[in-house]
Amino acid sequence: MIKIDNHINDNPEYYQLSVGGEVDASSSIHLEEGLKNAMTSSKKIIVDLAELEYISSAGLGVFMSIIQELENQKIKFVIYGMAPKVKEVFEILGLNQLINIKDTKEEALAAIQ
Amino acid sequence: MHQFKTNCKRERLKEIRHFVAEVLTDIGLSEIDAHKVILAVDEVCANLIIHSNKCNPSECLEVFIEDHGLDGVLFEIIDYGVGFNYNNYKEPNLEEIIRKRKKGGLGIMLVKNIMDTVEFKNEENKNICRMIKKFTKTK
Repeated sequence: MIKIDNHINDNPEYYQLSVGGEVDASSSIHLEEGLKNAMTSSKKIIVDLAELEYISSAGLGVFMSIIQELENQKIKFVIYGMAPKVKEVFEILGLNQLINIKDTKEEALAAIQ
Repeated sequence: MHQFKTNCKRERLKEIRHFVAEVLTDIGLSEIDAHKVILAVDEVCANLIIHSNKCNPSECLEVFIEDHGLDGVLFEIIDYGVGFNYNNYKEPNLEEIIRKRKKGGLGIMLVKNIMDTVEFKNEENKNICRMIKKFTKTK
């Protein structure tokens, strides 16, 4: 089960997507929808993964599939708050080199300004 | 030997992960070691369910786990769909995945990174994925 919430902040302006639960081959479609909505709504996106308990390659693939579009549209994008076991999955494939990852919301907000 | 049998629906992946987690906890693995191995089993099962069996719920999948002590933990995943030709597998280039905005191709990369041994073979009408992981136990 995946849980997705969003929040739009006006001052400073940013879009916050919160993703919790388990993202696997049966639920990654919801992550994709959440990210696409975020990308059509703002040029500054932070993604809170503190409540994310599990992510498989289906979820990692969703993040990878938007990297080019983020660059093309000049969208500032940061993910943060991952538990060590989830962060390690990103690191196994080297995605931590391709996606801006921070520990806290404060660091994430500083990175998109 | 621990055994779990289910049908080929994506929604069954969570149950498979739950089964593997319970067995690994009994064997005495740390949470972080167990998490990666659960992921590897999930990746293989997802591939078999989606690609080999086209999510056909009348097809089944079996997961076997056996603790071989110092030789590691053996995982066998058996299905009866279209076999995966591991010999033809080429590791995808991450830059190409990004450029082409593809979402697949990462699962087997994860499995190869996590497990010590990975073999796919076909015997009679069944496909067998055999994986071994060695680790330090906490119990």
